[in-house]
Amino acid sequence: MIKFSETQRSLAGIIAVTFFLVVAMPALNLFGSEGSFLHISDYQLNLWGKYLCYAVVAVSLNLLWGYTGLLCLGQGLFFALGGYAFGMHLMLMIGEQGAYKSALPDFMVFLGYKELPAHWIPFKSLSFSLLAVLFVPGIVAGVFGFLAFRARIKGVYFAIITQALTYAACLLFFQNSFTFGGNNGFTDFKTVLGNEIFAPSTQRALFFISAVYLSLCLFLIWWLTKTKFGKIQRAIRDSENRVRFSGYSTTTYKLIIFVVAAIMAGIAGALYVPQVGIINPEEMRPSKSLEIVVWVAVGGRATILGPVIGAIFVNWLKSYSTYHYPEYWLIILGALFVLVVLFMPNGIVGLPEQLKGFYRKHRFRFQQKKEAAAEA
Amino acid sequence: MSTQEKAEAKKKEFILTCEGLNKSFDGFKVINDLNLYIDKGELRTIIGPNGAGKSTFLDLITGRIRPDSGTIEFGPGEGVALTKMREYQINRLGISRKFQTPSVYSDHTVYDNLLMSLNRNRGAFAALFYRESAADRERIDEILETIRMTEKRSLIAGSLSHGQKQWLEIGMLLAQEPKLLLVDEPAAGMTDEETERTGELLLSLAGSHSLIVIEHDMVFVRQIATKVTVLHQGSILREGTIDHVQSDPKVVEVYLGRQHEK
Repeated sequence: MIKFSETQRSLAGIIAVTFFLVVAMPALNLFGSEGSFLHISDYQLNLWGKYLCYAVVAVSLNLLWGYTGLLCLGQGLFFALGGYAFGMHLMLMIGEQGAYKSALPDFMVFLGYKELPAHWIPFKSLSFSLLAVLFVPGIVAGVFGFLAFRARIKGVYFAIITQALTYAACLLFFQNSFTFGGNNGFTDFKTVLGNEIFAPSTQRALFFISAVYLSLCLFLIWWLTKTKFGKIQRAIRDSENRVRFSGYSTTTYKLIIFVVAAIMAGIAGALYVPQVGIINPEEMRPSKSLEIVVWVAVGGRATILGPVIGAIFVNWLKSYSTYHYPEYWLIILGALFVLVVLFMPNGIVGLPEQLKGFYRKHRFRFQQKKEAAAEA
Repeated sequence: MSTQEKAEAKKKEFILTCEGLNKSFDGFKVINDLNLYIDKGELRTIIGPNGAGKSTFLDLITGRIRPDSGTIEFGPGEGVALTKMREYQINRLGISRKFQTPSVYSDHTVYDNLLMSLNRNRGAFAALFYRESAADRERIDEILETIRMTEKRSLIAGSLSHGQKQWLEIGMLLAQEPKLLLVDEPAAGMTDEETERTGELLLSLAGSHSLIVIEHDMVFVRQIATKVTVLHQGSILREGTIDHVQSDPKVVEVYLGRQHEK
């Protein structure tokens, strides 16, 4: 039997996931006959598109937490910032089709704006908005990360301060006067790039883009873990002082990783918004960011596919439980987290290895017993 | 040549010059007007009771903390002032430090631990596109030989014994190709045999490198020491050979116990 190395096995995993998401799922949606077991409905596909955006956020958090040991409890902020940046463009593309038949977005009419605020004007341009999707989360992460890492804030303190950051942003965005729609956020979008936003073909295209984007992120992480950069990331996690005293500026490394993870999450947010049709400050709530941590922990930290599996599994469970047992969802989520932390330190992905270990141990004990019995 | 000129000329031969160093924590003077000179190629052992300021002294050299006053210059020739530099910059000058508790990258193999320590471009983008060359591999093999861990190259560092981790860390310092090695209690927690091996290793490095070794274990100090500096309350109490220092009544009083009281 040929033995495959771990990098080869994860590459095979990524290729399989890519094939399933990028080829199989859209094909089953397009060509599967209605009512057949193999058919994926438009509703299902849209739901999965949402899961894929979540999966990317989980992947980005894993880059920070799993591989570099930086537990960020505010990853939802960068996701939301990307979503808001693209949402602004979608709002302006509504044009005069809004409820008030005004060129201004509905919430501005409602709040008595006379004209579009200056910082909204460039978002009429698609390319500016797309750049904003990259730069807004990137710059926020860059400034915050620079201050935090230079001050040597780490561990629990870093986790708490990122949580505070997303909470502060959440409160800010809740303000009507902050010009981003207050607690209602942005919704009621009509078109995206000139296509009717909720048309099945548009949603299918958005799913496809999300799937391609997720697999690109996975390939990036796979490549990164092989490079010396990736090795240093994990070395920073295990012994930052040693890395620093080996001539590496760990501050620079951490800052780069933090910014990359923020941009990765921001793009996911921008893909998420046209698929769910709404973005509001709820996405910046600390509890949302904590959920992302649960996805990564459940799927398996510091593994390439773990966060994807965790994000999809937990969100599928969420859809299922909020439908069947709405009042118990938070208890289920909490219980799941506790169970994983206590009994599955390597998450779902680590389960086969763990079971193999159990099996070996028990077989060994069983044999010992049998030998003892034979001797007697 | 005037005496001052002579002193200046002499100063240029030191690899490390510390003058008038002071550092206090919460009003407590940990380093008190310390002057210390290390010759090029010298192996200097620093001993002293707990709280004498030994580890703080290494922290000052490596930039982990900043002195309240005083200068630290890294020679030879026109010295480079270290007191304003960051840790990684000081390290890149050629000053490597081994920590008291072995700190290796426990998730990586022995080989990768050395690979990451190699004295190569350590910028983030260089690391992204780094490919190990035949020269790198050769250098790592050489170091593995020196620290006698050739067979352990593919083991995960976290699975090594305490003594092996200490050696691996010394190997990681060697990979950095330092001019000055700062070694903090290398023999702590080692068996007698391991301690002796460590001593041999350090002695073999002296000459081609300059070393400052901090140690408590007097048998070990006797094995390696040519010149010993006794630190007490943040300044130098005595300096000299181990026999000279060990027989000094003042040293005996502060460090080697209070036999004279009996």
